[in-house]
Amino acid sequence: MAGTGTAHLRDANETLLRVEHLVVDFPAARGAKVSAVADVSFDIAEGETLGLVGESGCGKSTAARAVMQLPAPTAGKVIFEGKDLAALHGEALRRMRPRIQIVFQDPISSLNPRRTVESIVGAPLKIWKLGDEADRRTQIDEALDAVGLDPDVARDKRPHEFSGGQCQRICIARSLVLNPKVLICDEPVSALDVSVQAQILNLLEDLKERYGLTMVFITHDLAVVKNVSDRVAVMYLGKICEIAGPDTLYASPAHPYTAALLSSIPVPDPEAPPRVSTLVSGELPSPLSPPSGCRFRTRCPRAQERCAVEEPQIRPVGEGQYVACHFPLVGGTAPDPETAVAASGPASGGNGAGSESPGETDSPSDAPAGTPELTTPGGP
Amino acid sequence: MIRSRRRVAPPPSGDFTSTNRRLLEVDDLKTHFRTPRGLVRAVDGVSFTLDRGRTLGLVGESGCGKSVLSRSIMGLLPSTADRSGEIRFGGIRLDELGPKALRDYWGTQLSMVFQDPMTSLNPVMKIGRQIAESLEVHTDMDKDQIRETALSLLRSVHIPEAERRLNQYPHELSGGMRQRVVIAIALACGPALLFADEPTTALDVTVQAQILDLLGEQQRERDMAVVLVSHDLGVVAGRTHDIAVMYAGQIVEMAPTRTLFAEVRMPYTEALLQSAPRVENPSHTRLAVIGGRPPDLIDPPKGCRFAARCPYVQPRCREEQPPLIEADTPGHVFRCWYPVGTDKGREALEKNLAAELPQAEAAVTGAAVAVEAS
Repeated sequence: MAGTGTAHLRDANETLLRVEHLVVDFPAARGAKVSAVADVSFDIAEGETLGLVGESGCGKSTAARAVMQLPAPTAGKVIFEGKDLAALHGEALRRMRPRIQIVFQDPISSLNPRRTVESIVGAPLKIWKLGDEADRRTQIDEALDAVGLDPDVARDKRPHEFSGGQCQRICIARSLVLNPKVLICDEPVSALDVSVQAQILNLLEDLKERYGLTMVFITHDLAVVKNVSDRVAVMYLGKICEIAGPDTLYASPAHPYTAALLSSIPVPDPEAPPRVSTLVSGELPSPLSPPSGCRFRTRCPRAQERCAVEEPQIRPVGEGQYVACHFPLVGGTAPDPETAVAASGPASGGNGAGSESPGETDSPSDAPAGTPELTTPGGP
Repeated sequence: MIRSRRRVAPPPSGDFTSTNRRLLEVDDLKTHFRTPRGLVRAVDGVSFTLDRGRTLGLVGESGCGKSVLSRSIMGLLPSTADRSGEIRFGGIRLDELGPKALRDYWGTQLSMVFQDPMTSLNPVMKIGRQIAESLEVHTDMDKDQIRETALSLLRSVHIPEAERRLNQYPHELSGGMRQRVVIAIALACGPALLFADEPTTALDVTVQAQILDLLGEQQRERDMAVVLVSHDLGVVAGRTHDIAVMYAGQIVEMAPTRTLFAEVRMPYTEALLQSAPRVENPSHTRLAVIGGRPPDLIDPPKGCRFAARCPYVQPRCREEQPPLIEADTPGHVFRCWYPVGTDKGREALEKNLAAELPQAEAAVTGAAVAVEAS
């Protein structure tokens, strides 16, 4: 995995939002830095939903927030409606903000408990001084109605009088009231019960149609992302592994990491054959000292010597399917079992140019050893 | 320090021999909380049995009483709780024991793994000490033996470099590693019954699979009974022998796992299964929806507790609470007058669809349902 490259990007005039070579660094202790997002590119066509999936700490939330310039990326371009958001500052950036809105994971903590629903949902209108009192009221009522809340009942209540699912509806209403073009949903259903989750997912689909929204949908739940997305990008340790249409991705994953993620999904069917554990072992390595070459190699069952040396570039392997892997599961050459080495195995000839940096752990189970989990500001 | 209250517990009495397979019997357990608003009936008449070496999955939405049920059996309830009913564990009436007597069972016979591994470990105590703690209290091992046991426990839960871990603090480990430590602590004294309360909800999907595999492996090795509490039917499907579905403080359906999935009878179970997105379905599949929200446990409805949200609901359901009815397959019980997959159920659903009952339409088409605050 590694995923540098832009082979998967479409023609600039077909897309609404285009992110190129996005890098987000955070300072770490002792002058070190963590690249939470390391050279990620993606684009979204108008009306499309892009799903971003990956384990916690893979940089999916950070990437989406960098799109909103919260915080602005360290490097890279975020081109939206012909302008590079990353190059905008001050008032010019502020003017762009209503166009891109976000819905957060925990609906209860993203609502001010002391304010009424009307004041919460109406806040964006007030900030932008849009319309008079009566206009605002109509817009608030419309937004509440759109998310399935009865304005007459909800208007004067406060968040604690609502359940988690209803609070998420209020958050969605607030994000819609400014008529955004792009809606970023950062794990919007992870904190909800399965029955409520279904309601919110259906609601988002309805709203997407009604308001012509373009969405970025971040989640760690692969079944959810499959349900809502038109295109799915799988991230690992700050890079993109694979990007494809959901049906392709789930039917024939090309990246070993995607395959591993898919085989980890618990299937609600006791008759399902027990899965063979081709599963990834271990956990996410520390982003402070990511593995050389392909970042997934320390957990990858197909890792070869080449993976430690050379970072794979994103390349097409099928219709609309792009993968960053030297030995993808489809459209590539399988690794020769003779030379297949475990990630930690000894180098055996070949193009063995790379010696690993000393600070690096090379056995999969060692990877998380002793490294405190990285918390990126605002990460899930 | 632990040393000051160190004492070696006498082995708890009770029949824990492997000849008697029946380990836990819960009979009409009720746990009610006294609150300013009134009595909350969090667990309201739950009965089940569990044999050694078996896994029971306890499934339901948040607030259905699944966690309170496991805590009631453990005796870990706040003073505002009133508990009634019988809990027999290896023949001993746990419900008659006070907290002092229960201490001899906690850790040694009854153990628990909680949802959040960070908050269930002491952040300022080394991993090794935390594992040693229960060994010191419950066994008469000396220091070296305790260290050896702690090491082998860490190894048995597949923690690499176990020796180094003994001297580390919880914050130095990742979430998955922490949960392994919590499991090691829970298993330290070889409990006969382990409650795993949403053990993987806070973890990533790849780590979740690893932790569930580990629990299964430890269970087989130790012939331990496990109660696996989860809100996710997917998690319990492949990992349990039996499943109990809870709703509003009651068990509404209970069956051997395969039977439950093959012959769902309770509309609530069916709704839970259908509302979860599944990877086999093409993207943008409309999800079936359960309308409304669970009833207030202070004043539960007099009929079936699921009636207000049920697509199959009939007048009788609102008047008369269904008892646990036996299905054709032995061990399968459910609470419904118009069960799924029977002629009665089909007729009821058709009638409701014809009458355009909102929750029936929501269940079939995923149509939006009214969700006003109550």
